[in-house]
Amino acid sequence: MPHDLVLGAATLPDALTFAIAAAVTIIGAFGVVLARNPVHASLMLVMTLFGIAVLFVEENAQFLAAVQIIVYAGAIVVLFLFVIMLLGVDRRERIFADALVGQRVVAVILGILVLVEVILLAHHRWVTGARSVAGSLSGSSSNVAQLGRSIFTTYLLPFEVTSALLVVAVIGAIVLSRRPRRRQTEGGAPDALVDPDAPSLSLPAPRGGSAGTGAADGAPAVSPPEEVGAR
Amino acid sequence: MSIGASWYLVLAAILFTIGAVGLLVRRNVLVMFMCVELMLNAANLTFVTFSRVLNDIGGQVAVFFVLVVAAAEVVVGLGILVAIFRRKSGATADDAHVLKG
Amino acid sequence: MIHAAFLIPLFPLAGFAILAPFGRKLGNPLAGWLATAMVAASFVVTALVFAGLFQLAPAHRSFTQSWFTWFAVDKLNVGAGLLVDPLSMTMAAFVTGVSTLIHLYSIGYMEHDEQFPKFFVYLNLFVFAMLMLVLADNFVLSFFGWEGVGVCSYFLIAFWFDRAAAASAGKKAMIYNRIGDAGFLLALFLIFERTGSFQYHTVFARLGHVGQPSLIAIGLLLFLGAVGKSAQIPLFPWLADAMEGPTPVSALIHAATMVTAGVYLMCRISPVLHAAPDAAHVVAWVGACTAFVAATIACAQNDIKKVLAYSTVSQLGYMFLAAGSGAYVAAVFLMLTHAFYKALLFLGAGSVIHAMDEEQDIKTMGGLAKLMPVTAVTFLIGWLSIAGVPPFSGFWSKSEVLLNAWAVSPALWVIGAVTAVLTAYYMGREYFLVFLGKRRWNEARQTGDGYARAHATAGEHLAGEGSPLTTPEPVAGGHGAGPPHPHDPGWVMRLPLIVLAGLSVLGGFIDLPFHPNLDLLERWLNPVVGGTLLVHHFGVGQEWAFALVDAALAITGVLLAGALWRAAVEHRRLEPRLLAMAWYIDWAYDHFIARPGDALAAFSAAVVDSKLIDGAVNGVAAAVRVSGERLRRIQSGYVRSYALGIVAGIVVLAAYVLSRAGS
Repeated sequence: MPHDLVLGAATLPDALTFAIAAAVTIIGAFGVVLARNPVHASLMLVMTLFGIAVLFVEENAQFLAAVQIIVYAGAIVVLFLFVIMLLGVDRRERIFADALVGQRVVAVILGILVLVEVILLAHHRWVTGARSVAGSLSGSSSNVAQLGRSIFTTYLLPFEVTSALLVVAVIGAIVLSRRPRRRQTEGGAPDALVDPDAPSLSLPAPRGGSAGTGAADGAPAVSPPEEVGAR
Repeated sequence: MSIGASWYLVLAAILFTIGAVGLLVRRNVLVMFMCVELMLNAANLTFVTFSRVLNDIGGQVAVFFVLVVAAAEVVVGLGILVAIFRRKSGATADDAHVLKG
Repeated sequence: MIHAAFLIPLFPLAGFAILAPFGRKLGNPLAGWLATAMVAASFVVTALVFAGLFQLAPAHRSFTQSWFTWFAVDKLNVGAGLLVDPLSMTMAAFVTGVSTLIHLYSIGYMEHDEQFPKFFVYLNLFVFAMLMLVLADNFVLSFFGWEGVGVCSYFLIAFWFDRAAAASAGKKAMIYNRIGDAGFLLALFLIFERTGSFQYHTVFARLGHVGQPSLIAIGLLLFLGAVGKSAQIPLFPWLADAMEGPTPVSALIHAATMVTAGVYLMCRISPVLHAAPDAAHVVAWVGACTAFVAATIACAQNDIKKVLAYSTVSQLGYMFLAAGSGAYVAAVFLMLTHAFYKALLFLGAGSVIHAMDEEQDIKTMGGLAKLMPVTAVTFLIGWLSIAGVPPFSGFWSKSEVLLNAWAVSPALWVIGAVTAVLTAYYMGREYFLVFLGKRRWNEARQTGDGYARAHATAGEHLAGEGSPLTTPEPVAGGHGAGPPHPHDPGWVMRLPLIVLAGLSVLGGFIDLPFHPNLDLLERWLNPVVGGTLLVHHFGVGQEWAFALVDAALAITGVLLAGALWRAAVEHRRLEPRLLAMAWYIDWAYDHFIARPGDALAAFSAAVVDSKLIDGAVNGVAAAVRVSGERLRRIQSGYVRSYALGIVAGIVVLAAYVLSRAGS
């Protein structure tokens, strides 16, 4: 039976909160896409994430809001920033010239189509799922307790698997960014995928010329302090 | 409580679209990655919305796992990016076209 | 004794089985004697079974010996077995008898041939197949024999296969036979469909349930088979070409036995022809026309064997005329006597060819009577028999045929009568030119004229006018160059001539019209064909009148031949090109069927095969290659292009989901 998607009357604070959070999110998203400087883009991303976190709180997902801030904004974006710094940051990318013919036009058209379709999909009254399959959202216990109960009972296996995944990811990152030992030429990971002589369209060589020296290795999350300091 | 769920869904749609277009248009690999994060966040928002509509904790559990996996993905993805693009600074996604047919 | 019938075809089969692997070791002449012994043994058994059959009461003279089930599928059940009844035993008797004589003759004739054993392998195989044909108790087994004799005919015509003309003639015979066989097969299908069986007795018993159109169709289709096998219009050109084979082959297969298989078939299916008079009329008219046309052609032939070949076609026409007129006894009678005198004539011709160092042009012979008396006398007997001069066998048999023809239609009688005169005439022409008159072979050999003329007859025009024509029969005799010294052959070849001559003289007396007790053959065959025989009662006076007319016709022909050919060698107006070229029928087949066929084949090879089919196959390959090259460009290497593709896919999928969302 079609759910009534309006639950109770909307109060003014709620509406206001939603409007502001939505605006922040959208502006942030546009900022990510349009900012020429990647550092600006990551800051815009943080803004978006904050907006999303507020919306999570609105939707009675407080734990998730907190995790969003801590993990996404706090760790992932920081990772991004580390890598931006590593790979050189100051070049401004030309937004309005594209090497691939027609890519932008088609991208915009497809984007509009996707938007229309998703909105249509969302608007249609076809929420047919069963209620409270995995456990009730509303109820006496707090959000964290409910979430925990669900994760550690019904979804225990995915939980264990994702924890293994995290370990794998860490190991993978270390392996990927390790400097191979036997190389005669300047060290560095396999670079055959990038044509070193092709003119680069985006960023100039960073100040300090870290490119080519191959001195910077080490996983972004585990970089030895000397390296960072050496730059 | 509330704003109708359809507002949230529309917002998520817009967010997703922006992320998708950004992925296609931008050439800086890191910004492309960030656009992917945007899309993931849009999905998360949708999950949470439906969790509220259906009064089901399962949606939030899904978001939880999405978060975890997104983190792992970022780690590995950035490791790969570093490995590939370290040699040449300022390399864009378009420079890695050696695997053409 | 009658149960020994299975031995009849078994002996020649054993001969074949022994000679095929060991013939070469047995060599010349042992292989020939073994083969002859086998066929002779078969003849002896035939005689014994014949006697055994004779001892049974007339109504019971039909004995089926089933051997095994050949194949059985659902309702189709074909067995292998023998049907021993008067008709089949008559056929078996003269087949084995004449075959024995011809085997004996071949020992002498093929003496100098390197492939001596192979010849007898094929001959024995042929006799086996022919016996299976006449003794079978069902249509399919007969067809097995039918095909078997066709194949052996091919082997034997093309025996000297290194000669292009012989190989081509063998192929031609096979193809013409095949056309007839298609009719036979269609008839088989129809027979099974309408009567549910192939056994002769069963089929004939069930004929009452078959509708008239089907009966006519069966009759005509089987007749088509007979037309192919027995060289009637329009499938007769192969028989003249078949003379490329060794003369004993011509005598055995193309005079006495294989070509009579068609007549046997018509007699065997007498119930069908009786029930479908329209088909019978067609048979009679085709037979009559063939008899006439072939006789006219024979008047203008210069090759000693070709005259006999067209004569055979003509006589076969008479037999079909008889069968189509409902006079099955007359047909069998004529078949029997014809076997005797035609085999005799062929063997005599072979003797002449042998003596003349393989020369075959009658225009270059002459005066051989004194040098080869036995051959000349036996040939004379053969001539008078075929002409129908009383009291030789041909007179009695031909009279009966003509008598019954008159009963059906006077027009048929007229055609038959004219043909009778022509028969006597052309055989007389041959006799006079070969055996009497001046000895032309001394000069002709020196001027080299003879060879060209011998082969400028119908059938060889296909080699092209003026081109070096086929070489004559290779030297089976060891005579060297220089004028030949003709003489009678050794006793191995003379004995069959004499025996056959005797049979030609006496053979007619098995069926005399004077007295009811003397028509032995008719009474003998009565159980088989009696019910369907055309019964016509002529007054005694009428019969005498006809007999006299027949004799007069024959003697007229003889005198005509004598008057024209005793002294002269050439009568241009009596040997017009139309007749020499066999009414241009073969020429027409070549030009209107064979050459367009060749052109079509050439076109198919050059255009359809090379361009269309190869083009299609290569085109597919090219299309794959080209499309592969074009599609390759999708993989540009740019990650963003791939991402664009993914998003486009999402759009499509979402659209699909949306479209289904309504439901």
